[in-house]
Amino acid sequence: MSTATLLSVAILFALACVVVAMLLSTLRLIIGPSAQDRVLALDTLWMCTMLLALMLGIRFGSQIYFEAALLIALLGFVSTIALAKFLMRGEVIE
Amino acid sequence: MSVTESLPWWAAVPVAVLLVLGGLITVIGTLGLVRLKDFYQRIHGPAITITLGAGCILVASMVYFTVAQSRLVVHELLISVFVLMSAPVVAMLIMRAAVYRDLRHHHRPLGTDTDVSCSATSADELQRESSRH
Repeated sequence: MSTATLLSVAILFALACVVVAMLLSTLRLIIGPSAQDRVLALDTLWMCTMLLALMLGIRFGSQIYFEAALLIALLGFVSTIALAKFLMRGEVIE
Repeated sequence: MSVTESLPWWAAVPVAVLLVLGGLITVIGTLGLVRLKDFYQRIHGPAITITLGAGCILVASMVYFTVAQSRLVVHELLISVFVLMSAPVVAMLIMRAAVYRDLRHHHRPLGTDTDVSCSATSADELQRESSRH
């Protein structure tokens, strides 16, 4: 088994794991009994999307995916903060 | 099929191990998000575990690109530092919002699941109490 095969098997396994994680957090997003559960699931979904972009970057050997991952991380942080603020106060900007 | 270049063994094995570990830790964290009983237990899954999984995959990406391009590639550190700083902040803010929301309907003990009919009745009771005084 060459190193390329080892790497591609590992990347495929990790990709499958992250996709399963995204499906599970989508399940929580749909059935979540309260609003804070849904916000938490959405935050997890952002995180998993960032990991997915990073691993696609490793798989295709390209640096472009890194910038996408950085953008996804930033947008996820801002949107989760805004949603948490909305849950706490009822408005985002006071 | 794959475009990955062939790496030497001493680099390919750590990258593969880190990738598998990161994927498994991420799945375990999300499993906690689905399986645990109430919100205050559920928040531990994403807040702590997924940060560790992201760290594993980020280190794997750093090692891979450093060896594949035979120069130091560390700009994944940017994402690592950002995730390490933002994950506790996000967890704390969501937790505080949940505590506020649970205390607002104070008839319910902390941490039980909210459902719409319950919150409506407790809001009615609150209104009745406030009109009585």
